[in-house]
Amino acid sequence: MESEIVLTMRGICKYFPGVRALEGVDFTLRKGTIHALMGENGAGKSTLIKVLTGVYPMDEGEIRLEGNTVSIHSPQDAQNCGISTVYQEITLCPNLTVAENMFIGRTEGRRVDWKTMDRRAGELLDSLGIPARPRQQLGSCSLAVQQMVAIARAVDTDCKVLILDEPTSSLDDKEVEMLFRLMRDLKARGVGIVFVTHFLEQVYAVSDQITVLRNGKLVGEYDVRELPQVQLVEKMIGKDLEDLSNIKKHTAPTGQNVQPLYEAEGLSSTESRPFDFHIAKGEVNGFTGLLGSGRSESVRAIFGADRVTGGKVKINGKDVHIASPHDAMKQGIGYLPEDRKRDGIIADLSVRENINLALQVMQGFFHPLSKAQMRQFADEYIAALQIKTASQDTPIKALSGGNQQKVILARWLLTHPQYLILDEPTRGIDVGTKTEIQKLVLKLSEEGMSVTFISSEIEEMLRTCSRLIVMRDRKIVGELTGDELTQANVMKTIAGGEG
Amino acid sequence: MSGNNKNVHREPLTDAQLLMVISIGIFAAMYLGAMVTLGGGFLKAQQIFDLLNDNAALIIISCALTVVMIGGGINISVGGVIGLTVMSCALFLNNCTIESDFVTILLTFLLALGIGLAFGLLQGFLVSYLEIQPFIVTLAGMFLARGLTTILSVNPVKVTHAGFLALSKTKLKISWLGYVAQNGNLIPAKIEIGAIVAVAVVLIMWMVLRYLKLGRNIYALGGNRQSALMLGINVKKTCFSSYVISGVLSGLAGFVFLMHKPAGNASVAMRSEMDAIAASIIGGTLLTGGVGNVIGSFFGAMILATIQKIIALSPLNASWWQEMANGAMLGFFIMLQSVVLSARAKSRGKLEANQQGHPKKE
Repeated sequence: MESEIVLTMRGICKYFPGVRALEGVDFTLRKGTIHALMGENGAGKSTLIKVLTGVYPMDEGEIRLEGNTVSIHSPQDAQNCGISTVYQEITLCPNLTVAENMFIGRTEGRRVDWKTMDRRAGELLDSLGIPARPRQQLGSCSLAVQQMVAIARAVDTDCKVLILDEPTSSLDDKEVEMLFRLMRDLKARGVGIVFVTHFLEQVYAVSDQITVLRNGKLVGEYDVRELPQVQLVEKMIGKDLEDLSNIKKHTAPTGQNVQPLYEAEGLSSTESRPFDFHIAKGEVNGFTGLLGSGRSESVRAIFGADRVTGGKVKINGKDVHIASPHDAMKQGIGYLPEDRKRDGIIADLSVRENINLALQVMQGFFHPLSKAQMRQFADEYIAALQIKTASQDTPIKALSGGNQQKVILARWLLTHPQYLILDEPTRGIDVGTKTEIQKLVLKLSEEGMSVTFISSEIEEMLRTCSRLIVMRDRKIVGELTGDELTQANVMKTIAGGEG
Repeated sequence: MSGNNKNVHREPLTDAQLLMVISIGIFAAMYLGAMVTLGGGFLKAQQIFDLLNDNAALIIISCALTVVMIGGGINISVGGVIGLTVMSCALFLNNCTIESDFVTILLTFLLALGIGLAFGLLQGFLVSYLEIQPFIVTLAGMFLARGLTTILSVNPVKVTHAGFLALSKTKLKISWLGYVAQNGNLIPAKIEIGAIVAVAVVLIMWMVLRYLKLGRNIYALGGNRQSALMLGINVKKTCFSSYVISGVLSGLAGFVFLMHKPAGNASVAMRSEMDAIAASIIGGTLLTGGVGNVIGSFFGAMILATIQKIIALSPLNASWWQEMANGAMLGFFIMLQSVVLSARAKSRGKLEANQQGHPKKE
C-alpha cells in the first residue's frame, strides 16, 4: 500500500478486572481507505475503539496520528485530534434539536448562534440527503434518522479518522446503501474509515482492508481481495467453522393430528392489530418482515408484554387468559426480548442472579431458591451454553453482547418453558455464537419445545424455521411452508404483489 | 438564509414548550376564575404585583431548582441556604459599623451571594467530581445550613439598619396601573425591588439556558449523560456549573427574602425547597432531567402563589387547605404531563409506522 498512513496503534493493552480485553494489538489505518475491524463478540473490537476515542485509558501502547504520538484521554481529545466516532447505540441527546445534536460540544465561544447553526445543519442534512429538519426535536425522528444525524455530525468535523461502530445494525437496505455511498464519498476525500460490523457482506461491499481480532489479540491484517469470506470467518472463530449450511433443517411435524400447543384468534394489543396465530408442539416457526412491520409487536402481544386488548388464546386446547408476562410465564411461555439492554439484562446483577431471575419469579417470592441451588443452576447453564464469564458473580454488564444473550437464554431455559419466543436472539452477535444459538433452537424443538423465532436475517430464518409468517404494515400478509421457503419467495412476500 | 423551505417549516412545540404552555394556560385560567368569582383584589393590577412581591424568593429558587433539575440533578438545600443567608445578613447589618449605607448594603449583598456560592461550589464538587448522589449531598447541605443558622442565633433577629430598611421599603410606583381608593386618592401600583430582581433572574436564566453553550450543555447532560460525554461535552464541569448557579441563586433569594421581610429566624423559608420543586414540576420540568424551562417555573411559582391567595381570600382560609390544594395541583400536573407526553409519543409512533409502511417513491 503506497497511500499515506494516518493512524498507527502499536502494542495496545487494556485490562479489566479479571479480563484481558486487549493484549498487544496493532492497527494501521491508511488515508482514503475503509478498514474493517472484525472479530467475534468479546474479541476486543469495542474496547479498541473505546481506547482510540478516549473512553477507556489504555494500559500500554502507543497511538500515532499522522506520525505524531498523541495521548487521548477523553472523547473531546479524540475529536480535537480529528477522530470522530459513530457508535452502535445512538449517542445523541433526544431532548435537543437535530441541529444542536450535530453541533453541540464542538463550537467555539460561549454563545449558541441558533441561526447559523440551523442553517449549517440544514445544508449538511440536505447534502447528505438525510430526511430530518434542523429544528426538529431529535427524539421525534426514527432511530435510523437519528443514526444518520450522528453520522452527519461525525462527517462534518474536520475528521481524519472516522470510526463507524456497527452503524448499520438499525438501518434497512436502502439506508445502508445510502451510508455506503457516503462512506465512499468520504474515502474519496481522503478520510480514513474504521468500519466495525457483523455483516460479512457489508465488509466485502465497501472495505479495502480487514484487521481481525480474536480474544483480545491481533490475528492479522489482510487485503480484502486476498481474504475470501470463508477464510475470514475461520480467522475470526479461530477453528474450522462448521459450515453453517450443515445445520440440519428442521422438519415440521406433519399430519392433521398434530395438536397445536398455542392458538390465538384475533389477538390484539395496544401496539398490534388483531391477528391469528398458532404453533404446534415441537414446531419452529418465525415472524418475518421489515423493521416496523409489526413482527416484534405480535410476539409481545403473545407474551402479554404490551396491554392485550382483545382476542382468544388457547393453550393445549384450553382457553387461557394472558394479560401480563407473568401470566404467560405461568403458561410455560418464555420470551427473549429484542432489546437486550433495555428489556433483557439487569446490568448490575451478577450472571448467577440474571440466570435465576425468571425461575425465582415463577416460584414466587415466598419460596426463595437456596443459594446452593442458584449456584448449581448457574454453573450448569454456564457450562451448557459455554458462557464466557470470569465467574458467576461477575456483573452481567461486564460480558460481551453474545454472552449476555446466552445468559438471558439460560434464564428462560431454566424455567423449562413449553413455548419459547426469541426476538432477534442473534442480533449483534458473532457468527460462532449465532450458529450455536441456531443449533440450540433446533435441539430444543427436537425435545418437544415450540419456538417462535424472529430475525432480520432471512437466511437464518430459512435455516431454522419450518413455517414463516410474513408481515407487512402491521398485518400478516402470507405464510410460507415447505418448498415455498426460499429467499426469493420470502422477499417477494415481504415486498408485496407489485414488487 | 438558505431559501430551503425545510427551514421555514414551523416545528411543532417541543415537549418542554408544550408543558410550559399548559402551565401558562392553567395560570391564566385560574387567575381569570379568581377575578370572576372572588373579584375584589383580583380585579386590581396590584394583585399581580403582590404575588410577585410576596413570592420573589420562591421564584428565584424555582429557577435555581429548574437549572439543576434540567441537568438531571436535584438541590434541596435552597431553603436552608435562604435561611442561613437571611440570618447572616441580618446579623451583619445589625453589627456592621461602616458609616456608608451603600458600602454596608453592598457588603451584605456580597455576603449573601458568597454564602450561596460557597454552598454551590461545595455541593457541585461533591456531586460532579466525587459523583455522590445529589439528593444526599443537598440533604446534607440543607441540614448544615439549618444548623449553622441556629448556631448564629437561636432567637429571631430583626434588622435595625436604617439604610437597609429604607431599601426594603423602596418600591417602584406605577400610577397608570394604580386604582382610585374610596377617599378619592390615586393609589399607584407598587413593585418591590425583590420582585424586579426575580423577574430579571427569570429572564437572565432563560437566556442562559437558551443562548449560552453552558445552558444547552445542561440540557444535554440531563437528556442523556453518556451521550453528552460522547458528544464531547465536559459533563463534570457542566454539572458543577449547574450547582454553582443554583447555589448563587439561593444566596440571592436569601437577600431578596430579607428585603421583603427584614428579620431572620431559624425557620425562615422552611420547606420552601419543596415549593420550588413543585413550581418547577408544574412549570414543565421533568424530574428525570433534560426537559424544562425557567419561564414555565415562573408560572409554576405564580400558580402556587395564586392558590395561596385564593385560599386566603376564600372561607377555607387555613394552611392545610392550601397544602392540599398544592398537593392536588401537583398530582394533577404530573398526571397531565404523563398523559400529554404519552399521547404525543403514541402519535409519533403511528406517524413513523406509517412512514415505514408506505415508503416514499423516489
